[in-house]
Amino acid sequence: MRTDFTTEQLADPDIATSEQVLRTCTHCGFCTATCPTYVLLGDELDSPRGRIYLIKDMLATSERITADTVKHIDRCLSCLSCMTTCPSGVNYMHLIDHARRWIEKNFRRPWGERLLRVFLATVLSRPLLFRLSLRCAAVVKPFSGFLPGRLAPLFGLAPSSVPPASPTDRPSVFVAAGERRMRVALLPGCAQEVLAPEINEATIRLLTRHGCEVVIPRGSGCCGSLAHHLGRELGALSFARANIDAWEYERLASGLDAIVINASGCGTTVKDYGFMLRKDPAYAEKSSRIASLARDVTEVIETLGLSPPIPAASTVKRRIAYHSACSMRHGQRVHAGPKALLAAAGFEPLDVPEGHLCCGSAGTYNLLQPEIAVALRDRKLANIAAIRPDLVATGNIGCITQLAPGCDVPVVHTVELLDWATGGPAPKSLTAG
Amino acid sequence: MKLPAPDGAVMRRRAEIIEALRRIVPGEAVIVSEAERRAYESDGLTAYRQLPMVVVLPSCVDQVAAVLRYCQQIGVKVVPRGAGTSLSGGALPLADAVLLGLAKFNRILDIDYGNRCVVAQPGVTNLAITQAVEQAGFYYAPDPSSQIACTIGGNVAENSGGVHCLKYGVTTNNILGVEIVLIDGEVIRVGGKHLDAGGYDLLGVMTGSEGLLGVVTEVTVRILPKPTMARALLIGFATTEDAGECVAAVIAAGIIPGGMEMMDRPAIHAAEAFVNAGYPLDVEALLIVELDGPPAEVDHLTDRIDAIAREHRATEIRPSRDETERLAFWSGRKAAFPAVGRISPDYYCMDGTIPRTRLAEVLSRIRGLSDQHGLGVANVFHAGDGNLHPLVLYDANKPGEIERAEAFGANILRLCVEVGGVLTGEHGVGVEKRDLMGTMFDESDLAHQQRLKCAFDPDGLLNPGKVFPQLHRCAELGRLHVRAGRLPFSDLPRF
Repeated sequence: MRTDFTTEQLADPDIATSEQVLRTCTHCGFCTATCPTYVLLGDELDSPRGRIYLIKDMLATSERITADTVKHIDRCLSCLSCMTTCPSGVNYMHLIDHARRWIEKNFRRPWGERLLRVFLATVLSRPLLFRLSLRCAAVVKPFSGFLPGRLAPLFGLAPSSVPPASPTDRPSVFVAAGERRMRVALLPGCAQEVLAPEINEATIRLLTRHGCEVVIPRGSGCCGSLAHHLGRELGALSFARANIDAWEYERLASGLDAIVINASGCGTTVKDYGFMLRKDPAYAEKSSRIASLARDVTEVIETLGLSPPIPAASTVKRRIAYHSACSMRHGQRVHAGPKALLAAAGFEPLDVPEGHLCCGSAGTYNLLQPEIAVALRDRKLANIAAIRPDLVATGNIGCITQLAPGCDVPVVHTVELLDWATGGPAPKSLTAG
Repeated sequence: MKLPAPDGAVMRRRAEIIEALRRIVPGEAVIVSEAERRAYESDGLTAYRQLPMVVVLPSCVDQVAAVLRYCQQIGVKVVPRGAGTSLSGGALPLADAVLLGLAKFNRILDIDYGNRCVVAQPGVTNLAITQAVEQAGFYYAPDPSSQIACTIGGNVAENSGGVHCLKYGVTTNNILGVEIVLIDGEVIRVGGKHLDAGGYDLLGVMTGSEGLLGVVTEVTVRILPKPTMARALLIGFATTEDAGECVAAVIAAGIIPGGMEMMDRPAIHAAEAFVNAGYPLDVEALLIVELDGPPAEVDHLTDRIDAIAREHRATEIRPSRDETERLAFWSGRKAAFPAVGRISPDYYCMDGTIPRTRLAEVLSRIRGLSDQHGLGVANVFHAGDGNLHPLVLYDANKPGEIERAEAFGANILRLCVEVGGVLTGEHGVGVEKRDLMGTMFDESDLAHQQRLKCAFDPDGLLNPGKVFPQLHRCAELGRLHVRAGRLPFSDLPRF
């Protein structure tokens, strides 16, 4: 695609990088077909190709950014379905990330929106604050119908009860069962450990059972993607640096074979740390090294080979709708592995029709764009219902919280099923009812 | 390439036109701001760009009819648009025209296995039709490379083909009926779920009319049962001449493969980098030959093709071992155009058709033209039916390259006509090949074609500037259209 940047503009390394991305786009339009917002809205401006155009113009002109441009860029889920489809290899992820930062820096949003975005970036990524807010929300929730504007859906999404903090939240080392085959750091995450502490617990049991020593180093926490997708670069990078410091310290002190991530949204970001910190001389090298160690938990189990499953009537041949989270399928291109593991564990994994379309969760998207998020959620739930599964499995907490409330069958994390099949307890959501 | 001069009087009334369109199509579906209109300034042919006056995205037939009726009443031009994947600039906007986008028409209305057809809205993608019926063992045969994104409405407008049209025909052979809105807002239905519509073949007239006659709002397509089996053969050659001669020999032997495609070295390398299809990288030309039907027939034809390929000095022959591998062979071919975006910042995709016996000669002359114009070329094409798609490689950011690319492309098309071929295979004429129509048709041919246009759209409001080098006013062609008691073009001398 033709670009018109001036030499001065290209002196900005971010612009120079985006220019290279833009130049690979041939405007063929293939990406439109698999973009969830285009499928819903039928407007080129709500498709990757349209947004690429808007971004190109926004970066190239010195005119003020219009609210219309921001609207269409905000509607992007960052599901990266377009990147799987694109034959020209356009790195849309880096382009849209740049656009979000650019808007955050150069565009003044209405104050209500600003406040909401600061709130989300600050609270969701800090477990203590988040737990506290959810407890308050649980009190307010019955009255959420009286709240104005965006606040009502915000409270609507808050769970009615909050599980207590898990012992796995604290920095610690979990020794391998039997011979140690790997030493890995687990990203403790932020919102997930508050909403569903059982996922980290199942992950640790699964990994130690497979010969991993699992460490949660002091200082690691939120991966930064929440802030990153809100265009808040400083916040995102400071989370990234804290994690890199914690993991580098651990790597040098006792060695690390992998950094394990069990929320694919976080995995996509950690795997991109090298790019995010490329301009920081103190971190450029470290961040690439750390990014190259990042693995989704299913990738690690695949490498180690699944321990023989324990044949129990409860686990054999259950029909599992495998919801391949966008960050897993498109962001990390991890798709066949988790399904193969589920099959090896004795389940019957099934593809969900229109599997490439996002469920609408997309980080904080369901809070910021509720109408589109609900439309996508309902479409996903209908597609899931069409294959009549016993359970839904996915590898991302965002999708679980998005789908579970409206789903007729339990929605669990893939590791909970793998843990169950290899000797762990049944997933909490199966036993609760 | 020149577009018709914008009508200043219409552009001065822009605010009023927008207001009226908003009354017909409420909400965000009327796109006005410059930043937003910019995204609609071109389709798949980015060499040409033009900001539309206003974009409107209706979501029902009544809205389409009301928009067209209004535009005819006040004399505003209309450019219809599907997914905007045209490679001939068929949906290139005009500065004084309404761009009428049909992407919101994306629902399949009826799947009728009894009549073996599907009724779809025009914004449904080509591939989505196949996906809707594949569980039952059916598919829609025409498969343009852009099938993931291009719409069935656009396919009708361009009479699109695809890799399998060699055996199964192009769009016109695979549709049964259409609903069309005419420029005066009248909604007409041509054909239906049956085979022959009786009367003149209006369905044939509409198919490939490139948005000049009406706006398609519904399409009934035939679906076919999937062949019992299909096998693709990758056949590599040390020279493109050997490959070209092999294609002609296969056809001459009376074999009609499901598809017979050819790629040259640059295209093979670009496609392989994207899909890792397992293409041989040490050959100059690659044929993908697909055979489909009952297993016995496929096995028999595989042996015959194998023998013909060996006679033509094939250096490698590899049949697909299973369905996954067959699809992998095709995935590289399907993505070959945009994948060329990996080896060149821009490319200009040509589309011409030649007699199959002249393949080798034409390919070698294209290489000569490439040297003469100083630009690279990658060849990807439907060899079986002689439909060439040379991709001229250029860099739009380098001054003068786009003009050189256009000149190179025009010379390729002249070459196609010179050897007895035609200007277009399946991409349509659009704006891209409009000015070359004169190399193929004389004035009288063109005037006759335009008389048909006048019968549907006497004021020349639908997609003007496309297909015909200069649109004659209908009065010039001898037809007198009297509207509201006024003689049009009263300044013209009458004969």
